[in-house]
Amino acid sequence: MSGMSKIVKTITSIAFPFVMIYGLYVILHGHLTPGGGFQGGAVVASACAMIVVAFGSIWTMKKIKENQLSILESIGAIGFIVFAFLGLIILFDNSGIFFKNVFANSVYLFGQSVEYASTTANINTAGTLPLMNIAVGLKVIAGLFVIVLVMAYASNKIKERGD
Amino acid sequence: MNGVVDWLILHSPALIIAIPLLGAFLTILIGKIGPRIRNVFVIIIMAITSFLILLLVNDVFTNGIRTYVFGGGSTSIESSYAIRILFEIDGLNAFIAIIAAILPIVAIIYSWAFMKEHTGLDKYYTLILLMTAGMLGMILTGDLFNFFVFLEITSIASAALIAFYLDKQNSIQAAFKYIVISAIGALFLLFAVALFYGQYNALNMAVIANNISFTFIDKIALVVLFAALAMKAGIVPMHMWLPDAYGRAPASITVILIGTTLASLYGLFRVIFTIYGKYLFSFDSTQMALTLGVLIIILAVVTIVIGVFMALKQNDFKRMIAFAAIAEIGYMFLAVGAALSTYTFERGAAIISASGQMALKGGIFHIFNDALDVGLLFLVAGAVYYAAKETSLNKLGGLARNMKYTTVFFLIGLAAVSGLPPMNGFASKLIIYQSMFQINPLLTIVAILCSILLLAVFVKVFYSVFLGPKLPKFSGVKEVPKSMLIAMGIIASIIVFIGLFPNIFVENIVTPATNALQNATSYIGGVL
Repeated sequence: MSGMSKIVKTITSIAFPFVMIYGLYVILHGHLTPGGGFQGGAVVASACAMIVVAFGSIWTMKKIKENQLSILESIGAIGFIVFAFLGLIILFDNSGIFFKNVFANSVYLFGQSVEYASTTANINTAGTLPLMNIAVGLKVIAGLFVIVLVMAYASNKIKERGD
Repeated sequence: MNGVVDWLILHSPALIIAIPLLGAFLTILIGKIGPRIRNVFVIIIMAITSFLILLLVNDVFTNGIRTYVFGGGSTSIESSYAIRILFEIDGLNAFIAIIAAILPIVAIIYSWAFMKEHTGLDKYYTLILLMTAGMLGMILTGDLFNFFVFLEITSIASAALIAFYLDKQNSIQAAFKYIVISAIGALFLLFAVALFYGQYNALNMAVIANNISFTFIDKIALVVLFAALAMKAGIVPMHMWLPDAYGRAPASITVILIGTTLASLYGLFRVIFTIYGKYLFSFDSTQMALTLGVLIIILAVVTIVIGVFMALKQNDFKRMIAFAAIAEIGYMFLAVGAALSTYTFERGAAIISASGQMALKGGIFHIFNDALDVGLLFLVAGAVYYAAKETSLNKLGGLARNMKYTTVFFLIGLAAVSGLPPMNGFASKLIIYQSMFQINPLLTIVAILCSILLLAVFVKVFYSVFLGPKLPKFSGVKEVPKSMLIAMGIIASIIVFIGLFPNIFVENIVTPATNALQNATSYIGGVL
């Protein structure tokens, strides 16, 4: 696959940022709206898959290597587990527990408490959950993108060898 | 110092799952530095996990049932709020967890030399750790949906590992078969979970066990769960994936696969004895226990007979051991089925008779022995393959001259798996024979005959692989590297130790497990 026509490439270039932003929105608002790390990550990965389809896997492979993506995926997974460990490690006394939401209702990041009223949703709440959503999102983006990229690249190679 | 140990024991149920998971994803990053550092790292991660398992097991055997709630909150569950992730460890979980502590570390030590020539080892070790985490999750969890999730993790990781020899057509075929069977089994399980959730509004095993009223839907769920878990455990009508998967995977992977199979078997026992325990063994349904027991006995006898006879006609070393492994699973199943069939109602409670108790003990004991015996044989088969690059029994021969230690390890495994003294297989099989004789002599006869046939199978293997004239094409064969010998040595020494002192083992580890198996009330009491 050496890329599609100029029309498709142009439309993809216009649509890509919008899809990307929407996916990132779903990831970041995971604790407030439907969806979360996995769903948003899948949206972003589909934007990346769109690039692969429009510009061809060989062009994309020149821009980003599957090795880098696999490292990114590992970092996402490690991030998730590290956030789970934080509950255990930050409260080193016996009140700490694995997966405990230590940042909720604290002064730190995402630390505000939720108000009991029909107010506008506050993104700065829910403690560890948004962080975990981001970690899962990172893993899903990298994982799905690398699957699509490698499969497209490999089928391209097989086709070349067949000719 | 004591504080740290207490802290570790307190959080060990979570750490046992979390440390292999963290290690799995770190392995990819550390693999970029160098293969030697990565191997050491993986061994350290697994050693820490095994150490934590032993700490937890020791704690459970001394202080009773342990529960751990992820994310905090009180350990007890009110029926209105029964959805949370909770690990509950009693004697039975702890017993199976010991197996899961031994097998992966042995497999990883073995892989050091065994897999050295292959590429893609970063992913190999990552998947091994993932598979171990999944297996441990299946064993420790107290939540039925969680069990399904860990089952899926284990299945996907193992399918990828079975297909590790990508250049061979057969291994991909075996992996495909495995993933299809696993997916069917897992979907069955999910269906049963949905049936429970629809009725009792709960996913926690203890809560379901407490509320179960044995409606028609519960009977369907029992059938579905039984079929799914028996399929994953390799009971005969559903065994077709097992010889392929065991035979085609690298030997180090097969050893962990045995652990996952036994974890599924544990799930089956947990379902029968705990989730359905309260109703199945009550006064008005002892008939039900008898029916279930007879069904299990029939399946077990078929499993043993078919496993042994299929093993007799195999020409491939690993495939033959795989069929022997099926037969061994039949023995555990037989003992448990016989114990179920002896339930009687006395003094206001359903009780297993003394011989049934004994049979249950033998069956549970045999789970442990089977994992070690069959694991050792697979490691030996892997060593033979590593040295001679051949698994066909017709082409091998005369290897005892070049591979002294491996031959000794094979002899230990042979004696253990066919139930010869003084190995551990003798200890558990003798308990099974004795107790079974009081329940039904015919079953004992079948069991002993098949055990003798198993001996015949392995003597044939011993002769055709290790004895016989020196073959010119194997003249350059050398003894396998140290790491593989160490791995086999660890298992062999445990086998001999248990064989020489079975009493210590039965009294301290097996008896708590059988007591926990029969005591559904205390499992429920651990949560409610």
